[in-house]
Amino acid sequence: MTLNQQRKLKTLITGLFAWFIALLLFFPIFWMFLTSFKTELQAISVPPSLFFEPTLDNFKVVQERSDYLLHAMNSVVTSFGSTIIALIIAVPAAYSMAFFPSKRTKDILLWMLSTKMLPAVGVLVPIYILFRNNGLLDSRLGLIIIFTLMNLPIIIWMLFSYFKDLPKEILEAARMDGASPWGEVVKVVLPLSVGGIASTALLSIILCWNEAFWSLNLTASNAAPLTAMIASYSSPEGLFWAKLSAASTLACAPIVIFGWFCQKQLVQGLTFGAVK
Amino acid sequence: MKSLSKNTVACAISLATAITTANAFADTQITVATVNNGHMIEMQKLTPDFEKANPGIKVKWVTLEESVLRQNVTQDIANKSGLYDVMTIGMYEAPIWGQRGWLQPIDASGDYDEKDILPSIRSGLSYDGTLYGAPFYGESSMIMYRKDLVKNAGMEIHDHDSWDHIRDVAKAVNDPSKGIYGICLRGKAGWGDNMALVTTIANSFGGRWFDENWKPEINSPEWKKAVSFYVDLLSKYGPPGSSSNSFNENLALFNEGKCGMWIDATIAASFVTDPKQSKVADQVAFAQAPQEVTQKGSNWLWAWALAVPVATKHEAAAQKFIRWATSKDYVKLVAKDAGWASVPTGTRESTYQNPAFQKAAVFANAELAAIKSADPKDSTLKPSPYVGVQFASIPEFQAIGTTTGQMISGALAGAMTVEQALDNAQKAAERQMRQAGYY
Amino acid sequence: MKRSITRLLMAPSVIMLLVWMIVPLSMTIYFSTIRYNLLYPGQNNFVGLMNYEFFITDPGFITAVANTLILLISALSITVVLGVMLSALIDKPFFGRSIVRVLLISPFFIMPTVNALIWKNMMMNPVYGIFAWISQSLGLQPIDWLGTYPLMSVIIMVSWQWLPFAILVFVTALQSQDTEQKEAAQMDGATGWHIFRYLTIPHLARPIAVVVMIETIFLLAVFAEIFVTTGGGPGYASTNLAYLIYNQALLQYDVGVASAGGLFAVLLANIVAFFLIRAVGKNLTV
Repeated sequence: MTLNQQRKLKTLITGLFAWFIALLLFFPIFWMFLTSFKTELQAISVPPSLFFEPTLDNFKVVQERSDYLLHAMNSVVTSFGSTIIALIIAVPAAYSMAFFPSKRTKDILLWMLSTKMLPAVGVLVPIYILFRNNGLLDSRLGLIIIFTLMNLPIIIWMLFSYFKDLPKEILEAARMDGASPWGEVVKVVLPLSVGGIASTALLSIILCWNEAFWSLNLTASNAAPLTAMIASYSSPEGLFWAKLSAASTLACAPIVIFGWFCQKQLVQGLTFGAVK
Repeated sequence: MKSLSKNTVACAISLATAITTANAFADTQITVATVNNGHMIEMQKLTPDFEKANPGIKVKWVTLEESVLRQNVTQDIANKSGLYDVMTIGMYEAPIWGQRGWLQPIDASGDYDEKDILPSIRSGLSYDGTLYGAPFYGESSMIMYRKDLVKNAGMEIHDHDSWDHIRDVAKAVNDPSKGIYGICLRGKAGWGDNMALVTTIANSFGGRWFDENWKPEINSPEWKKAVSFYVDLLSKYGPPGSSSNSFNENLALFNEGKCGMWIDATIAASFVTDPKQSKVADQVAFAQAPQEVTQKGSNWLWAWALAVPVATKHEAAAQKFIRWATSKDYVKLVAKDAGWASVPTGTRESTYQNPAFQKAAVFANAELAAIKSADPKDSTLKPSPYVGVQFASIPEFQAIGTTTGQMISGALAGAMTVEQALDNAQKAAERQMRQAGYY
Repeated sequence: MKRSITRLLMAPSVIMLLVWMIVPLSMTIYFSTIRYNLLYPGQNNFVGLMNYEFFITDPGFITAVANTLILLISALSITVVLGVMLSALIDKPFFGRSIVRVLLISPFFIMPTVNALIWKNMMMNPVYGIFAWISQSLGLQPIDWLGTYPLMSVIIMVSWQWLPFAILVFVTALQSQDTEQKEAAQMDGATGWHIFRYLTIPHLARPIAVVVMIETIFLLAVFAEIFVTTGGGPGYASTNLAYLIYNQALLQYDVGVASAGGLFAVLLANIVAFFLIRAVGKNLTV
């Protein structure tokens, strides 16, 4: 075998192996998708049925029972809204910490991350009472506030590490040209870090979309996002696997498709300052 | 630029006024929180009928799975948040919340015909003689079995068989190599899951949760005997993975034809006899739950009920809705829409007297007998201070029942002995009762 | 003047997080010293440290702390090790690499509750789950995953969720690896393993630190997966701290004890964070 052939064979084996692993890890999602087109009896049949006459009945049921559009709209508004607000607050902070670090910068960053360590279930009652007193229960605004605060530390940290890796020379050149700090941010820092900001935003949107604890406990009918819709299909009395699969498919599809489209962006941006 | 922003502001203000004024003249909107069980889904589907009959009232639904719903409504009612106008609560909550003054009494006047409600259900949903939850559907437990399998094994099943006989039948029917298990029972931890069944077994073995001084009796000889029997029966003749099975898992198993017997909620009867979801619909028969030293408390009693929290701002509309959803006419409405076999049962005498229902529901008599024989106020051989057959209606029970359930499912999974499990549960329960200030 | 600007820029974040920390935290501290059960309104007398004592003497307490740490360490190891291997595997081009990448990262987009429901009902169910079917076709006895290996089942679900995140970060990092260096090493006769060991791994030191840091924050608070699948059992076999607190807060509605438990969890998280920062901290940017 020539060296070239050897290399080709190696690529082939690597490729096949990678495909195998990828399909294995993706299988549960595929299975959920498939189950959503089965009848309830087919969903629990042994051996599992791979070939069957697909039915759209489950989706019809979900459509009749839940206001899917309202839930989806709530998910979109809360996850995008909180991400935008968090970015607006985080960019200046990350910028100032990255470019004008002080002795305490490290401590402040670690302290920010540590605010995420209080378990949600431990502070549920205080937050619930605060929300009730301020009329924030079951409102999109309330969820946006919670999500913003929940993700702010990670967003600041990601942006900080991203900003820190920007070449300092460019900034100095801009400063020499007499750019104000504000101009520096808008004209130099932001354009250079679009990738990092975009992937930070993506991560934040995904985390908000999938958040289930606060969204279940602080909403009722008006602001309930898709995670709450799932709770109306899991474990009733009676068979539910197919209907649950349909509801789950509907709840996850937007974010999965969104993630697929932005996959390149995610792969390029999640550097956390980890790349020199 | 300036004028533009001015325009925007003006526009926003006018829009806001438009919205608020529209709201001011809008209908009364009530939010109903409910469990995602089939009967409630049907109720949600029939809402337009109520809205048509009561112009000016609009109904919004929040449908959640049982455990999440319980969390949400308890938070809501204890903090008086007023997010919900009608809540679906169980027989466990109704008397506790009624006692706290958190619920409005149900308006059962006039043509509502309170006397028609089955007495055991009514007493379980009342506190001090006042009805705080209008029963939507009720259930007891009974044994469902496969006529064909039991007959082929040369056995018979009757009402109130002894548990030992049930074990013999399970042994005779059990054939794992063919994928058939003698008996399917709940094993998943939870006060409403495995503990519902285990408590009925313990009751029939002569056990009780608390003695007259609220001292837990979970590691009493009666409980030990009962739980050992249960663990032995289920691990020998039950399906694999019993410790994570509850109602649904067993329903799936039974409908797939994998269980010889199944002791569970009477509501299951309508599922296992429905050819659309059951492969064995024509082979199912029913009998009253088995017993050991006493028949008292050998079958449980549960009801889902609709209640009005005191924090609601729309009490009149909420009461109207409840009167509609738990009326005799509602039962007829469901019958018209989905057939008599699908009506919510276990609440009203009149439902069982209806010949059309009798004809459609083969399980009707067995269910009525089971519900009528359960008495939440007298469910243990030795006297007990609590109300409830498979639970004790005190706030601490949820935690005690769940911990005990965890321990027993641990014993079922083989992680500890029955003895250890019950001793742990007893210790946890004593701790809990002390923390709550009982002694 | 520069100083004041930097302070001004940081102010919104710092103030918001400070409020977010202090308000619930002080309420939690206050609640942890009074008797406060949602179901017993109006009986809120001061009880000192009784709630802490009650939480720490819970029969499931030690198991819960151990489970929390086991869960953290196992899921971290699995995601980091497999993440490094898989991202190295898909670093070189092959047919359909971008599709493979999409498939690999997809689990990260799935809601934790849905994740748990899929695994519990469709994969691990001992009667009609896929795993049971596989073992039956191989002539083996199906395994009751959630009953027999509850903590391991939870670890599998959590790892499945977070492995894609590790892959994402590592793939990104590998893109910046110096190919010339690698080629030079190859010319010198270095084997693939040597390149992986002495070039790739050191290059990944910082991203690994990042993954460990972020995953730790989320893994310490795993809740949905346990709530949906095992309910903490059988026994206390899969109860972690978050679940134990949930038990107090939403099953017993004992806000006092739940608050004490929440504060204990903060303490534990900070201890873990302290060791983590010592261990991987020098690789972090901060």
